[in-house]
Amino acid sequence: MRLTCTINGEPREVDGVWEGESLLYVLRERLGLPGSKNACEQGECGSCSVYLDGELACSCLILAGQAEGREVVTVEGLASEDELHPVQEAFLEAGAVQCGFCTPGLIVATHDLLRRIPEPSDPEIREALAGNLCRCTGYEKILDAVRLAASRA
Amino acid sequence: MTTVVGTRSGVGESVRRPDGIPKVKGEFAYASDLWADRMLWGSTLRSPHPRAKIRSIEIAAALATPGVHAVLTHEDVPGRKTYGLEIPDQPVLAWEDVRYQGEAVAIVAADHPETARAAARRIEVDWEVLEPLTDPERALDPAVAPLHPSGNLLRHVHIEHGDPAAEGEVVVTGEYEVGMQDQAFLGPESGLAVPSEDGGVDLYIATQWLHVDRDQLAASLDLEPERVRLVLGGVGGAFGGREDLSMQVHACLLALHTGRPVKMMYGREESFFGHIHRHPARMRYEHHATRDGRLVAVRARVLLDGGAYASSSTAVCSNAASFAVGPYDVPNVRVDASVVYTDNPPCGAMRGFGAVQTCFAHEAQMDKLAVALEMDPVELRRRNALSTGSILPTGAPVRCPAPVAELLERVRDMPLPGPRADGGDLPGGVAGVTRGEGVVRGVGYAVGFKNIGYSEGFDDYSTARVRVSLAADGEPFAEVHSAAAEVGQGLVTVQAQIARSELGVERVVVLPADTQVGSAGSSSASRQTMMTGGAVYTACRAVMELLRERGDAPLEELLRDGPVEATREYHHRETFPLDANGQGDAHVTFAFAAHRAIVDVDVELGLVKVVEIATAQDVGKAVNPQAVEGQIEGGIAQGLGLALMEEIVVVDGQVRNASFTDYLIPTVLDMPPVRLDVLELGDPDAPYGLRGVGEPPTISSTPAIVSALRAATGQALTRVPVRPDDLAGL
Repeated sequence: MRLTCTINGEPREVDGVWEGESLLYVLRERLGLPGSKNACEQGECGSCSVYLDGELACSCLILAGQAEGREVVTVEGLASEDELHPVQEAFLEAGAVQCGFCTPGLIVATHDLLRRIPEPSDPEIREALAGNLCRCTGYEKILDAVRLAASRA
Repeated sequence: MTTVVGTRSGVGESVRRPDGIPKVKGEFAYASDLWADRMLWGSTLRSPHPRAKIRSIEIAAALATPGVHAVLTHEDVPGRKTYGLEIPDQPVLAWEDVRYQGEAVAIVAADHPETARAAARRIEVDWEVLEPLTDPERALDPAVAPLHPSGNLLRHVHIEHGDPAAEGEVVVTGEYEVGMQDQAFLGPESGLAVPSEDGGVDLYIATQWLHVDRDQLAASLDLEPERVRLVLGGVGGAFGGREDLSMQVHACLLALHTGRPVKMMYGREESFFGHIHRHPARMRYEHHATRDGRLVAVRARVLLDGGAYASSSTAVCSNAASFAVGPYDVPNVRVDASVVYTDNPPCGAMRGFGAVQTCFAHEAQMDKLAVALEMDPVELRRRNALSTGSILPTGAPVRCPAPVAELLERVRDMPLPGPRADGGDLPGGVAGVTRGEGVVRGVGYAVGFKNIGYSEGFDDYSTARVRVSLAADGEPFAEVHSAAAEVGQGLVTVQAQIARSELGVERVVVLPADTQVGSAGSSSASRQTMMTGGAVYTACRAVMELLRERGDAPLEELLRDGPVEATREYHHRETFPLDANGQGDAHVTFAFAAHRAIVDVDVELGLVKVVEIATAQDVGKAVNPQAVEGQIEGGIAQGLGLALMEEIVVVDGQVRNASFTDYLIPTVLDMPPVRLDVLELGDPDAPYGLRGVGEPPTISSTPAIVSALRAATGQALTRVPVRPDDLAGL
């Protein structure tokens, strides 16, 4: 099938999509956008988090066809090529990145949190990021990063 | 993937990761992100049975599937048909026998991953299903038919020290169990194999040790090692789970067979079947002490379930024995540790490597002994603490700093967290029903240690090549090349920091890790900062020596005569095997940590909120303090997981929870704040006094949490992970 949607602000058209493919697969394997990660592919880990029409979503749980005509923003779309979004900058500075496989999903989820709640409390941060698994950091530096990004907003 | 580091910072500073920017932008190339022109996708057919005979494998229907380019079985493995880290006992593709559920039987290459998976389902295997051997105790019974010709006992380590029959005035005994934990790295097993013009293969792979992968690949592919070239693909965590081969041989076989690049990438379910796990353990302990709290004797029996294939089981068993009594001075010891083959999933390396299992048991015993002696549990541990010069049960002296008593004092003296802040912090979280009634706070302590680097005579050296030249703008510029696997821990940062400090050159590039330089050994055993750090340090020193031979002038001038390069190996102190009584100078050096856990338990519902973990750890030298903290906090999270939630449930040899829906790892709601105290007591034998960091946080955090749970509930809690039923006394 053919999929037409807007990805990171640009209209895209993809041909030859198999109906069983997820949005995550199309992003990674057909559009050259591997920033959304494939850690569980069943909506448990949040590594594939994207915006779908402005709503935070796990792209592994969205069939490619469901994205037809809609607007998708991935981690690659948060800042221009040579720039870092303040959330990305905060993750680097706080040491919130180790293996980094969870990082793109956490960046998108944090971006969404700070958009909704610019100065979140610790329980609000924890609740908002509870759908994003990280196996390396123990989350301490991720919390530091979110607090840092919020303090600079 | 070449990385340029633009900061000035050297050893001892919290330098930013050179791979950090691509990682936060989603541009870092993990092994699962790789792509090549004309690339095919590989898929694996795995055994649904834990034990069966293969009567026949029929591939015609699979091969006839449109889009399928190859279907291969054991008959297509040109070289050695088995592999393994210590004993090559695991079939690349099974023939005749399968010994665990999930064993690889056949592989498919197709133009779409779903086509490959569908074709794999069309392979017809005629199985003769057999009764699996799943009880490790039964595996020891000589009357039971062995899984392998060598018998079911994979290794037995016997340690005898002092008078093993010595008796104390106060005796406590206990039996303990540790469940099967998974590394649960987030980046699934993945690699891209590309056939090369010389008939060999290039493999871009997420692994922990490129050279040991290469040697196993060369043997099974029947190629000279020079024609098997490996490049490290981005690694999404490892924790021991990438020491063994997974899809490496399969992808190379398919690539060589089809003449096209082949990518293999496991999903989460397949990942649970595609790598080894932490050994489940059953342990029986007997502690003897004087009335004033001096340990007289410890006797321990440890049984580890190795599962179907050897992996690193023999070394895990040796470690479990070596560290069985914990970081204590014990004059009389008898330990018998065994690891056996069963039809359960194969087990091998995971962070802590044998020391995790026995630490859970010896620390439970120390608490039990403290109760019997009516003594403070920290005081009992302090009184028996190992120190430099102590003689270990293996007869070897402790040469390095061993601040066991100090670490315990430091965690004991840290301020205690206040009472619960608000309802959201109660056990059960926002979904909990208690408003504080039935919630009891508990405090628990534990201390542990383990070896850094490989033991028992193994020379796990590392190699580094350092080259200094003038960049186009006339500034000095250094390149560091090693085969060391960056798995997330920050090794690329550390290598650059050491080069900057030793060379005085700001601009340092860490080249991609590959097999075009000598072995770096494994990113395992908390060893890489010491070993590859040591190799970079030594190579830098050699470069400086060569530069000095050019005269005494600024670097920029000396380099006008051309670049200077040196390749050096770093070897640690020689170690020796354990003898029949478990005696021998088997370990290079040790790392120590202590933990204090504070928990709130809803004793009626068995729900837990870990309030805080405090830890003190000696790291020798914190090359990058922020990365050290990250290692400690992350290691504690894995220890918390083992204490409270993480277990691969295996029933009759069948894995029941191969997904992140059913195998739970800690989320940000489960992890408490961590209070940290990092000591830097340098190791006398290593550059900068370097020692390991990564594993100690995972060793004693688990028993500290369980100790706190016991304090809160009064339950015995002899098994991890602790379940709500155990806490509620059901």
